[in-house]
This record gives sequence, structure tokens and C-alpha cells, in this order.
Amino acid sequence: MKSLSEIETTSKRASRASGYSWGISEEVGKSIRLLEMFNFKGVKNLNEYLKKKKDKKFENLNLINENNKCLKFYYCPIILGVSFLDQIENLEKIKKINFSKIAFPLLFLPFLSRSSEVIGKKISFKFEKNEFLLNINVNIATNLLNENCPNLATNAEVKILENNDNFMEQDWKSLYQLSEKTFVEETESLKKSAAGAGLTDND
Amino acid sequence: MRVKLRDPNIIMKLSRLGSFHQSKLSFLRSFLDEFKDWEYNRDLFNLDSGGYGVAIYSFKKYKRVYSLVCFANKIDDNDRSDRVIATKWDAAFTLHDGVPSNKDIERLKNEVPRQEVGRLSYKELTLSRANKSVRVFNHVAENLSKGIQPDLNLLEKVGYLYRTTAVYGSGKFGLADRFRIKNRAEINGPFRLEMMLVYLVRQFTFDQVNHVAKHKDPKNAVNLDPKICRNLGIGNSTGLGMAPFIVNHPTLLNNWILSREIALKKIREIENVNSKDRELFKKCVKDSLKNITSWNSESEFQIKKINSLLINVKKFLEFLENQLDFKSPYPFNQIYLWLEKETCEETIEYIVSMMMEPFDEIVQPLIKNMSSDEERYFRIPTERTILELKNILRQRYPDILKIDFEDKSNLRNFWFISKNKEEPRYADRFEEEGAELEQPLAIARDIKRLNDQLNSCKDDLTIDKFLINNSDLRHVVRRAFIIEKFPYAEIQDNTISENVVPIDMLRLKLSFFGALKFDPRSDKWLRICMFQGAPLPNELKDYNQHWVYC
Repeated sequence: MKSLSEIETTSKRASRASGYSWGISEEVGKSIRLLEMFNFKGVKNLNEYLKKKKDKKFENLNLINENNKCLKFYYCPIILGVSFLDQIENLEKIKKINFSKIAFPLLFLPFLSRSSEVIGKKISFKFEKNEFLLNINVNIATNLLNENCPNLATNAEVKILENNDNFMEQDWKSLYQLSEKTFVEETESLKKSAAGAGLTDND
Repeated sequence: MRVKLRDPNIIMKLSRLGSFHQSKLSFLRSFLDEFKDWEYNRDLFNLDSGGYGVAIYSFKKYKRVYSLVCFANKIDDNDRSDRVIATKWDAAFTLHDGVPSNKDIERLKNEVPRQEVGRLSYKELTLSRANKSVRVFNHVAENLSKGIQPDLNLLEKVGYLYRTTAVYGSGKFGLADRFRIKNRAEINGPFRLEMMLVYLVRQFTFDQVNHVAKHKDPKNAVNLDPKICRNLGIGNSTGLGMAPFIVNHPTLLNNWILSREIALKKIREIENVNSKDRELFKKCVKDSLKNITSWNSESEFQIKKINSLLINVKKFLEFLENQLDFKSPYPFNQIYLWLEKETCEETIEYIVSMMMEPFDEIVQPLIKNMSSDEERYFRIPTERTILELKNILRQRYPDILKIDFEDKSNLRNFWFISKNKEEPRYADRFEEEGAELEQPLAIARDIKRLNDQLNSCKDDLTIDKFLINNSDLRHVVRRAFIIEKFPYAEIQDNTISENVVPIDMLRLKLSFFGALKFDPRSDKWLRICMFQGAPLPNELKDYNQHWVYC
């Protein structure tokens, strides 16, 4: 078994050898480590992408807008990911961002995951029938578990989710009522000696 | 009285860092302190009459066990080499997490002796190999077999029976990643498991030499006197592999140096020093003279440093005895100021290390701060502005920004990874090929380039926009924002200049390991000794904490 440290170092060096700057290659190393830690096929996807990159052209999207259309080629998932991570504070305001044509979309995921941590919000990523939920860089949920991620995403959508409860108010109330059974009723004399007792709120 | 922390622009210069000495903060000393009440065992010692076979040593506490698995092999004298390109060694070792099963031992037997080309698992924590000092080992075995102790003069000259040539950890060759074990309280300090490996290897060398002597002459053989054992350590040959580590782990480097600086500051701020602490400090200085006089080196560079150290320490002792009133306020501050005025970098750092000896209450809490969660600082704060980044560079890199990189001598060298051994190397870019594959370790040059580029941008531009067109500077942008928070994270020198002495970088790291008797063999590698004078494993329950100077 390869250690995550070996995976990170080798991915970084391979990216550098494929023409990325050292700074970008460092980002790739961290990203592939993250994918493999979350049990996604990071090494396989990076290897295939870097091989393709030798004779195929990919487009660099440096400044991300609400709608991003790649006209001629597919977007490079690494430059797209780095741009997304770097611009996340601005992108948070847009909330929903569309991309047409991303190459090797799995490689874009770790950047979304890290962006999710930066803003403290979950991010949803969908293309065709494939869905991912990036959860503050703690985990990634997907409907693609144990299946290979497609090499191309034709129409992709990234949504920044607001921090809302994931349950109905009724469920919460019911659970809270149950939790109250661990509380003890306080007597009047105890109430009088509790913190703040005897003072006025305006003193 | 408030004493300021020392200026990083002075302390982080290579000549100063290359003058550092071991101290109470050093990892091998904090390892001994942490594991002193663990149960030590020799669990297996299955060597043949020539001393070849398998041995296992362990430290155990509650349910936690760390086991050193040793494989001693017969090798031809012609195959013995300390260079990293060697493929055979007298012994190979791994530290296994838990008690190894027979299946584990069989697996390790096939992998550990092969070192870099073997594969370890997440159950192994560190990996190493070592070669005998054949001259010393044979002399000791021969004498013991005749019932006599070895020649102490010879032992003093060398200082060990074996020397390691590499100690690997943290995920190398399949070893466990640091994240798997980082929450264990007993290893809350850098390189603690590497230190454990070396310490147990030292005991193996004594057991092996006794075993060989016994088999040579079962009737007359005696064991090596424990006093002699205590004065032997483990040698180590260290090359450039260590140097990039301190550049690649800036927050870790900061935490090591900052701990030392805080300790010094707090000691200088002590108004009254009691007589016990005073006497202990004086005793350490006096006793340490023998460490200097027994420090052998053939390197002219080092001999000069040792001679100057000896002269200055003697001068300092005279100052202590005849000039300093230790009962006057803030005596350690007076001592420090005197050292700065009257001595050299080597002596200043030597005495600074010794100042820590009496002050456990200052040093112990700092040891816990010497690790680093580097991931936390990896993200570049892209919402910040060019003006902010410019200010960071001006404040944190004042001398580096003055370097003229148009001058060839300032960019003479480059760092690269050797294809043969995947090890860092250093070469002249104008003489050797491969500079286009340079590693990102020319921090001074790249910071200067970043500064030049920033000067052509608007101050209110945000970093995310700057990076769009300056991807090649991304690694130093990240670095500058790290250095903003960690003032001792950066070497304030040009590591590619023709004047750089790479062994200064090695010595810095080795001093934090706790190494003694640095012996440069060129400007690119050196020999050292570890654990010389340290208590033996069966003495750990109650040992003299100041053993380095006794």
C-alpha cells in the first residue's frame, strides 16, 4: 500500500514534470492525497489526465463567472480548481455557477472540497446524472460510489449551499422533548441562588 | 525586565544556525524523558555465532507497544558503504507498531534489509540501516572474548560501534503516515520515533558485540562494561538529504527555533537565580570542556570552530568565576550580553543551550509546541492585497531583498533530486546539466523575483488576481503568508549562493535532534554521534538529566 505522503509527493512531482508551476503542483499533490483519502480514484484520474495533456489541448479558466462556456476544448480541471479555490470569497456571492465542458471532473472535486472548508458552507457539484456533496472538507458524498467517474463533464453546476438545518422543525421538537427528560426541575430557593440572582440587569 | 526575542534576521542566518548545539529541547533528550517510565524489554535475540540473525526490543506502556525489529546480516567488506547509494548494510531496522507476529517478522525479513527498494506497511513507523565501525567493533569483540575491556583511547576517538546512514519515517516506502499516529500523547514531539529507533539500535550494538565475544571464547569472555557502553553512542553519516527538509517545513522550523528563543528570553528575564541553579549551570559549563577536548575532526573548518570554542568557553569560565556577580539582578541577561560582546556565534549558542539545563519549568512546556500542523497554513489568503504582501516581504526579508541576483555568484548553485537515489543534491548551474529541473528551494531568489513583480502591480489588487498571471510565483506567495505568522520559519540567507555552506543546514537540524561532535567530511556531508553518554535502557527509571555534560 502506498502512503498518502508518497501519493502527495509523486503527484506533485508528476504535475511539475507536466508543465505546471511548483505552486500549482503543490496544490495538485494535496488534492490527490485528499481524493485518495476519501477513497476516490485520484491517482488513476491524474495519471490519465496528465497523459492526455501531452497531446491534447485544454483550456485554462482563470477568472470564473456565473456562466462559463468552454468553446473549443475542455477546461483543465486543475487550473479551474485552483481558480475556484483562489476566488471562492467572490464566488460565494454568486451561489450557482455553471460550467460547460470540464475534463476529468473528479480532479476538480478536491478544490471544491477545500473551498467548502474556507467558506464554511457545503457545496453541491452535479454534471449529467452524477452528484457530489462537498461537506466542509470533512467528507464527500456521491451517487458514484464504487463506480468510475466519467472523464468528461458536459454540463456542470456548482451550488454553494446555505447553512440550513437538514431536518424538519417537527423532528427537532420531538427529539428536544425527549432530551428534556434528562433535566431536573429546579426549586424556588435554588433559582434565587443561581448566577446573576439578586442583581438588576441595569446595574 | 522584559527581554525581546532575538531578531530572526540575525538568528536565521546560516552561519548562526550552523553554530547551534544540542539542548534540553533536543529530540533525543525529550524522547528519553518521555519514555523513561516505559517498560523496556529485549523480546527476541536469535543471532548465530557470528552475530547474524534477528533481534527484537520493545518499549511498552499499558496497551501500547513499540518494537524495534533488527536484522543483522553478513556482508562483504567491499560492499560496506555509508553512501546513500549502498545496497547492503551490516544491519537493518524497523520500528513496528505493536508486537510483530511471526508472519510480520517473515515479511519484514524480506523487506527491511532492502531498505529503499523494499516495501513497508502502515504497521511500521520508521526504517533505518547501519554499518559497523569495523575497526572498533572487531577490537571490542576481540578484547571482550579474551576477558579484557577495550582500549578506551580508541573508543573515545570514534565514539560508537555502528553508524546509521539513514533513518526514514512519515510515510516513506509505505511506512505509516504521520496522521495515523499524531494524536498519541507520547509522540507529541518531532522525530520521537526516529529517536526511539536509534536509541534501541544502540542497545542492539552492545548486545551483539557481547554475543560475538561470548561465541569466540565462551569460557573467558566478559561483557562490555556498562560505563563504557554509556560513553558510546550511535554514529551517523548525514548528507544533503536533510537540508531541503528545513526549507520544506517552515512552520516546523519556526516552532523549533521559537521554542529555543522563548526559553532564552525567559531565562534572561529571571531576576534572581537560586544557588542550586547557579551551581548546576556552572558545573555544566565546566564539565562540558571535556566534550570540546574530545571533539575530533579532520575538517579545517570545524577544527577552527572547535579551537575558538575552547578558548572562548575558558574565557567565559573566567568571567563566571571572577567578574560576574551571580547574585546581582538578571545574571543570565548579563551573561548573554557578555557573550554577544566578547565571543563568537559558536560559543554564544553553546552557552545558550547550557543555560536551559537548570530550568525544566521553562523548557518542558515548550517541548510540546515543537510539532506543527502544517496543513492549517497551506491555503493562500487570496482575498488580501498586493500592498499587504509587499509589507510582509519588507518586514520579513530585509536582507534577502538586497541580494543582487544579476551577479552570477549569487545564483551559482541549484538543488535537484537525483534520479539514481531520489535524494536531494546540489550542483553548480553553470557547470552541470539539469538546472531546468531545479527544486523550489531557491527561496531568496524567488522572493526577490516576487518583490520585483509586486512592484509593477497596483497596491489594491487582490492576490487571487495577481496569481492569474503569476502562477510561477505561487509557491513563494504561499510562503510569504506563512512567514508573516512564523518569524523564525525562514533561513535569512541565499541557499544557492556560491558561498553557501550546506552543512550549516544539516547541523541546524542535527542539533535539534541532539547530535554531538559534528565532524564535517566535506561541505556536503558530516558525521555525528547520538546518545553518547546517555543512560542505558535499564537505567532510564532514574537517570541524571544532565548526562550530556557529565
